[in-house]
Amino acid sequence: MPAFLLYLVHTLFPPDTRQPTELGADFMILVTGIGIVFILTRYQKWRWLWREWLTTVDHKRIAIMYLIAAIAMLFRGGVDALMLRTNLALPNVRPIGALEYNEVFTTHGTIMIFFMAMPFIFALFNAVIPLQIGSRDVAFPRLNAMSYWLFAFGAILFNISFVIGGSPNAGWTGYPPLTEVAFNPGPGESYYFLSLLIAGIGTTITGINFLVTIIRMRAPGMTLMRMPMFVWSVLTTSALIIFAFPPLTVALALSLLDRTFGSSFFTLGHGGMPMMYVNLFWLFGHPEVYIVILPAFGIFSEVVPTFSKKRLFGYTTMVISLVSIMFLAYGTWVHHFFTMGAGPTVNAFFGLSTMLIAIPTGVKIFNWIFTMWGGRIRITVAMLYQMAFIPTFVVGGATGIMLSVVPADYQLHNSYWVVAHFHNVLIGGTVFGLLSGLYYWWPKMFGFILNERQGKVAFWLFVIGFWVTFLPQYLLGLEGMTRRMYTYPFGFGWHELNLISTLGAFIMGAGFLALVYNIVWSLRYGERDLTGDPWNGRTLEWSLPSPAPEYNFARIPVVHGVDEFWAMKESGDTLANHLRPQDVKTLELPKNTGMPFMLGLSFFVGGFGMTFLWWPIAIFGGLGVVACLLYAAFDYNDKKHLPADVIRHTERSWGRLQA
Amino acid sequence: MQRVRSSRRALRMLALAALGIGLLVSGCGPQYVLLHPKGPVGLSELHLMEFAAIAMAVIILVVFVLFGIAVVRFRDYPGNPNPYTPHWHSHKWLETLWFIIPAVILAVIAVPTVNVTYALAKLPPTKDPVVINVTSLNWKWLFEYPNQKVATVNYLYIPVGKPVLFHLTADSPMNTFWVPSLGGMEYTMPGRVLPLWLEASKPGVYWGHSGQFSGIDFEKMFFHVHAVTESKFTAWTHRLRSSAPPMTLAAYHQLLRFNTVGSESYSSFPASTWPSVSHGFTLSGGMYLLKSNNPNPTAQH
Repeated sequence: MPAFLLYLVHTLFPPDTRQPTELGADFMILVTGIGIVFILTRYQKWRWLWREWLTTVDHKRIAIMYLIAAIAMLFRGGVDALMLRTNLALPNVRPIGALEYNEVFTTHGTIMIFFMAMPFIFALFNAVIPLQIGSRDVAFPRLNAMSYWLFAFGAILFNISFVIGGSPNAGWTGYPPLTEVAFNPGPGESYYFLSLLIAGIGTTITGINFLVTIIRMRAPGMTLMRMPMFVWSVLTTSALIIFAFPPLTVALALSLLDRTFGSSFFTLGHGGMPMMYVNLFWLFGHPEVYIVILPAFGIFSEVVPTFSKKRLFGYTTMVISLVSIMFLAYGTWVHHFFTMGAGPTVNAFFGLSTMLIAIPTGVKIFNWIFTMWGGRIRITVAMLYQMAFIPTFVVGGATGIMLSVVPADYQLHNSYWVVAHFHNVLIGGTVFGLLSGLYYWWPKMFGFILNERQGKVAFWLFVIGFWVTFLPQYLLGLEGMTRRMYTYPFGFGWHELNLISTLGAFIMGAGFLALVYNIVWSLRYGERDLTGDPWNGRTLEWSLPSPAPEYNFARIPVVHGVDEFWAMKESGDTLANHLRPQDVKTLELPKNTGMPFMLGLSFFVGGFGMTFLWWPIAIFGGLGVVACLLYAAFDYNDKKHLPADVIRHTERSWGRLQA
Repeated sequence: MQRVRSSRRALRMLALAALGIGLLVSGCGPQYVLLHPKGPVGLSELHLMEFAAIAMAVIILVVFVLFGIAVVRFRDYPGNPNPYTPHWHSHKWLETLWFIIPAVILAVIAVPTVNVTYALAKLPPTKDPVVINVTSLNWKWLFEYPNQKVATVNYLYIPVGKPVLFHLTADSPMNTFWVPSLGGMEYTMPGRVLPLWLEASKPGVYWGHSGQFSGIDFEKMFFHVHAVTESKFTAWTHRLRSSAPPMTLAAYHQLLRFNTVGSESYSSFPASTWPSVSHGFTLSGGMYLLKSNNPNPTAQH
């Protein structure tokens, strides 16, 4: 028995992981865990947690769970970033060693893309799309909950790697042969492949769900060309997800086979070809950057008209550019490896296709500016993020065009120029967009408004911190500093710029703390949103009370044009005007179910077992997955009825029912 | 008005920041290796980079000016005299113009991009280019000179004013071979051989590094390129051949161990340390170079 325990300790906590930072993290996780269990027990909230949240299929609650996960992951990824920057602040001064640094930059990238940006966009998809298209829910509410729990347990599996067994350390792209067992023993890379596979299934399902929702569930009268631009952006994003995630799944699964069963798809022996992985990864990876940027474009297309008090300029060209970006996104992936010897013809083709995709993006920028032109601009926090986005994103796009110039890319590839460029577009584009959307739709999600003054403090810290961090990194690229170095020698002239960059990272960190303070403060003291329309909005979600009731619309509205709610307000009409008690019918809504949670848990158990090659556990998890799916397939009791009286009562309490 | 003032302050801060950046860039010393190339490859890459930067500056300027005007003129404050046109939402010619402006600017960049891409993929015609076979190992660089029959680790000599053809491969996870002073990088991948040519036009010692993360001691993968006159280069190879020890297979296997080493020199090397086509390795991507300007790199096999 002691031998068994010894084996367990040695496997789960190998000597590599017994570092002060990791033991500290272990301790913090233990304390936090005990704290949560204590609070839930003390206030008898277990039942509430299970009934109201863990088993919910309501898109609005799923949105909130995605958001909480995204902000927690933003914290984790941000702490990773600060650790990286601290290590690089001074030459040859390294608070953390190469081993940990490699783990931290790997988890920073993976978490920020897969476990921060993705759930953040899904939070807004879920919170907004059904309300904007005048629908009661998404097309497949149960699948929606399954998506969430697959994502959540994938994220948990990825995150526990830091404390149990060791994190992946081959970069967020996980190129073989570095992920091969020969070069990378230990469970880290298996964690990476398995958690991304699990979360990836969830993401693919989300893509399918929202594509079907938007195609099938729009309110009567809402033709495609009357949809709000955010809905268009989600439609194109969903299509991108559906076609981009399969290559990733294949690449990860084959790599996992290489690691676990000694096959040789990408490894060196038996004619395996590592470059095939690179190809498959970026066949996913490039559409992925559009998957995270298109929703941000959609958010800005909602925020700008609202706060400029003016209709979106160039609706048709906006749609054309979204759709052309969607198609072109599949034709540019090779620009991530111009320097892998594909030859000048292939490189020239992909250089040009990359430049081509800048054209529709440029169109969108001009259209946003001309939406503001002739409007009346209110500077709210949501609008401020948009106003920071335009100059930031244009600079990021310009440096990206310089990377698409193939010979220039030979010099800039894998240098800090690239690091600065993709942070410039991912933070300046995606994160600014998501934060803009967060402030904009927060009242609709939670029923209160985030304090604007505190929000502006957080905004300035974040934006100034961003520029101080990443401008020096462009210059570091020109100085020849390559990415992913855990330290650097003195004498290259790299130290000054690195110090400035680190300083900026801490300003951004302060911005994040200000954001969290803003949320916590507003939770307690924030202004309640009693009208449901705090920003003088233009689209249907603002016609509902905040937060929207479980059934969203007591009666589905009929849409007559773009910006339906604005048109209603101009004609003095509201949804409530026509709602008589006899119009309210008993509704059939999806019933809560514990199956998605159990499915996610089974995947987690199976994934954990496979990571450590503990086959009984892996098989047990796999059987759990099969059992959950069988249960779901034969569970016909999945609907509940919401009596008309309850709906009438709710609507009356909002004053939305005619006497 | 409070708000207007705070945004002015923000604009002023932006202007100051831009000024600071300008100063940094204009005062850029020799540590900006990409801006001070020491060879024709790096120079043509820099020219293209500068050309694209200027074209992009035009776009940035246009957007910033339009955006600045929109933000300043159309703020929501009482008595704003500028026109409010809430129903103006499309304009055929303006929207067409949005497609044309970026398309024209990108076309201007695209033409030289394609030209230089093809130009740099060909070794310039030369009588007898120096060929160096590069193998990245964990975590060191092995340089073999098939024509001079010598080999080095973590440093190399090249003659000035002559194109040097590098054949790149790896006996390790991927790396990239990069000498920023001379020109762009190319991957070293196990199982493949990729070509890259560089040339130094001035004598000097230039540092190189790997650009692709390859494991725990990746950061230490620096190497030095000594660009010397042709006579000195020949003298150096003679010296190595006469005084350095030969590399045995055992010595190569020592190099395969996961560690870092200093500089090493060898008077010869075993042919089997370089992948040959007959061993099932492919030369995809490198084919056109090897065919057209084949300086007989595989003659040793």
